[in-house]
Amino acid sequence: MDEILRLENITKIYPNGVTANKDANLSVRKGEIHALVGENGAGKSTLMKIIFGMEQPTEGNIIYNGKQTQIKSPLDAIACGIGMVHQHFMLVESMTVAENIVLGAEPGKGPIPNNRAMIEQTKEIIEKYNFVINPKEKISDLPIGTRQKVEILKALYKGAQVLILDEPTAVLTPQETTELFRELRGLRDMGHTIIFISHKLNEIKEICDRITIMRNGTTVGVHDVGSVSQQEISNLMVGKDIDWNIEKNPPKRGEVILDVKNVSVLDEAQRSILKEVSFSLHAGTILGIVGVEGNGQSELVEAITGLHKADAGSIKFHGNDIADSSIKQIREMGLAHIPQDRMLRGAVVNGSIEDNMIATFIDKEEFSSGPVLKTKKIRSWSEKLIKDFMVKTDGPEVPVKMLSGGNIQKVIVAREFSSNADCIIADQPTRGIDVGAAKFIHRKLIEMRDNGVAIMLISADLSEIMDVSDSLLVMYGGRFVAYFPDASKVSEEELGQYMLGVKQQTSEEVKGCIA
Amino acid sequence: MINKKKLSFDTKFELMRFTVAILIAIGLSFVTILIVSHEPLLALRKLFLGPVESFRRFGNVVELAITLSFAGLAVAIMFSANQFNMGAEGAFFASAGVAAMFSLALPLPPVLAPLFAIIVGGITGAIICVIPAWIKMKWGASELVSSLMLNYVFYYLTKYFAFTKFKDPNCGFVGTFKIPEAAKLAKIVPHTRIHAGLIILVFVVIATIFFMKKTRWGYNLIQTGQNPHFAKYVGINTGIVIAYSQIVGGFVAGMGGAVEVLGMYNRFQWKELPGYGFDGIVVAIMAKNKPQYVPLAAFFLAYLRIGADKMATATDVTSEMISIIQGVIIMLVAAQAFLSHRRQKMLVKEVSKNV
Repeated sequence: MDEILRLENITKIYPNGVTANKDANLSVRKGEIHALVGENGAGKSTLMKIIFGMEQPTEGNIIYNGKQTQIKSPLDAIACGIGMVHQHFMLVESMTVAENIVLGAEPGKGPIPNNRAMIEQTKEIIEKYNFVINPKEKISDLPIGTRQKVEILKALYKGAQVLILDEPTAVLTPQETTELFRELRGLRDMGHTIIFISHKLNEIKEICDRITIMRNGTTVGVHDVGSVSQQEISNLMVGKDIDWNIEKNPPKRGEVILDVKNVSVLDEAQRSILKEVSFSLHAGTILGIVGVEGNGQSELVEAITGLHKADAGSIKFHGNDIADSSIKQIREMGLAHIPQDRMLRGAVVNGSIEDNMIATFIDKEEFSSGPVLKTKKIRSWSEKLIKDFMVKTDGPEVPVKMLSGGNIQKVIVAREFSSNADCIIADQPTRGIDVGAAKFIHRKLIEMRDNGVAIMLISADLSEIMDVSDSLLVMYGGRFVAYFPDASKVSEEELGQYMLGVKQQTSEEVKGCIA
Repeated sequence: MINKKKLSFDTKFELMRFTVAILIAIGLSFVTILIVSHEPLLALRKLFLGPVESFRRFGNVVELAITLSFAGLAVAIMFSANQFNMGAEGAFFASAGVAAMFSLALPLPPVLAPLFAIIVGGITGAIICVIPAWIKMKWGASELVSSLMLNYVFYYLTKYFAFTKFKDPNCGFVGTFKIPEAAKLAKIVPHTRIHAGLIILVFVVIATIFFMKKTRWGYNLIQTGQNPHFAKYVGINTGIVIAYSQIVGGFVAGMGGAVEVLGMYNRFQWKELPGYGFDGIVVAIMAKNKPQYVPLAAFFLAYLRIGADKMATATDVTSEMISIIQGVIIMLVAAQAFLSHRRQKMLVKEVSKNV
């Protein structure tokens, strides 16, 4: 087969001094599904941004269709026939499927788009690629899986020959994933080339032809997918053998720490997002809450932590109603919270590691007398946390923005886990970080549980939630639709059906999660 | 990949960027003077060496730098909380008037008189600067707009009280009665008008650095300014933090106004807003909101201002010339992209050295 795209010795140094790529090489053949794997921070995203013209390489060449090419912007990339589906979709929610697909290349004369032609052309392309979507539907009414298809069609409409998919299955249920794979195979058979970025090695084995592995910003090998095992791939990714198993003793279930009763939350338009949710969280257990993003998990977390108070219902922490407590009071009562967005809420990126680690301790007598900070105590404390949580850095004064995603997450986890809390809300604690850091955080969570801490784990990563949790709740449409007292006795497929709302337990079964 | 060298790299680069900005600004002023002036050499000499030609003139630089430092500190504190409060201008004017009126209305013995007048001036400034923050919290109005509007309210209010109730009918121009000698700040350097405000400033600078770096209050202020979502999530009451940041900033601005009138004037006689509050913004931007750099930035700006005055009196070039230099420097210092290519090259070198 012919080579369609080649990257030669790509080096990229960002303005903040981070070397994202170093002599990376990639060769993609026409008509293949090519997997790109590596831990987070290995440089996959940067490499893809360079192909799509969002970043310029510091050094190196891009050869497209045999010609050396400069891709200065996404417009250049699209003109070449390269399309990209981002992890976070870039769709206008208030517009229809057809409008989104043709956006930027609308049929019609002059400034006025031809609506009929738009619908026609959209229908044509949907049929050509064998997708099932109604072009007149609004994006805001579509489930995540369908939105992703719109993204793919958008790229195809603009004539994409090479499609880059950045972790396309991260937001999908197993059923949606199967459907996506069917469509991707169809695209490949029609001669399209797909670059498939993923963390999930089983999916790569299932759908990809060849695989390029990245580590520390450079590419460490290309293989036919059939000739390497998952274990071999993961070893190449991290450069050493990792212990994948998480050892866990049976939980020692203690008293109820957190008691949530009939909690409802409305959005700005007064629509209810969280509908009379109830559950209890016991000391010494990990309760996993799983669901497709946007089904009320974030609202539940914000209601418990006090970031956005519930509109109805009661939340009792250690038996006290916290409806009128401030975030600080709730924290002082013993709640810790790992937020889902580490850059927005979890950290001050311009601040130092120390500034970030001390944020919730600053008022404690140990670290300040009156208004004056005890800088020496603070320094030795942050140095200890850096060591205990194995944050890779030169010292507590380094700005957090200089750290990799995994290390930033460790800084946050260090702060939250060391606060002597007896209840931890861990919202997507390992999203987008490398396997090593993720396993570290999982072990810490289990260690805390064994010490009697009550943990609520919210995650979209099924394998994480099934490995770490003791019991499981599935959220769909702002409600709990299933409760599994023993997380180890559920299969991914079964969870997927509940997550999609295909199946639902009786309310009696779900009530098992209340004290 | 990242080590301690990287940290000093940023500082080094900022320093270089600032120097280049100054050189470009000075270069532009050279060209402009060459074009407009019939005696360019004299004009340039006066502009750049005028302030050091005599001891008295150098004194003028220090006097102005004191005022600009107070204003710069006030703005730096308020901006650190990410509040674009322009109230320092009104606070400076009003507290100068209030301090003068206070010392006229309540004669006190030496030392106590200026002390209380400065505190009252500070409180005036604090009140003026917290109002926009309060309006923002209550009704979500932009502090930028409300503080600009409020400046005029306090400007006319102060003028009304000062020039009706305290107007000296025997004075040849519009002004209050003479400020009692006991309330005035003593001159501390012979042959100049450098006054005890310099000593007060040193204390205020140290106190501000301490406040920002070594107290919980300063810590909370900086976190709130840098990332309010984070601040809220870790349990900081951001509303209170924003309120006190404006109170502290306003207090410093008010002190500045009081020190200015007690140190430099015989009576309160300002007819227009003096512009020191806005100069404070210039100083704070040059100092990157860091209190330790404020006196340096203030001195630099004061030096240029005095130089421009000397140039204007001695030659045919007007002192507005200085606005060109000032404008260019501010634009280049504030522009993130300025020299970013150069930075990237330096960085690549630095990184590959360490790999």
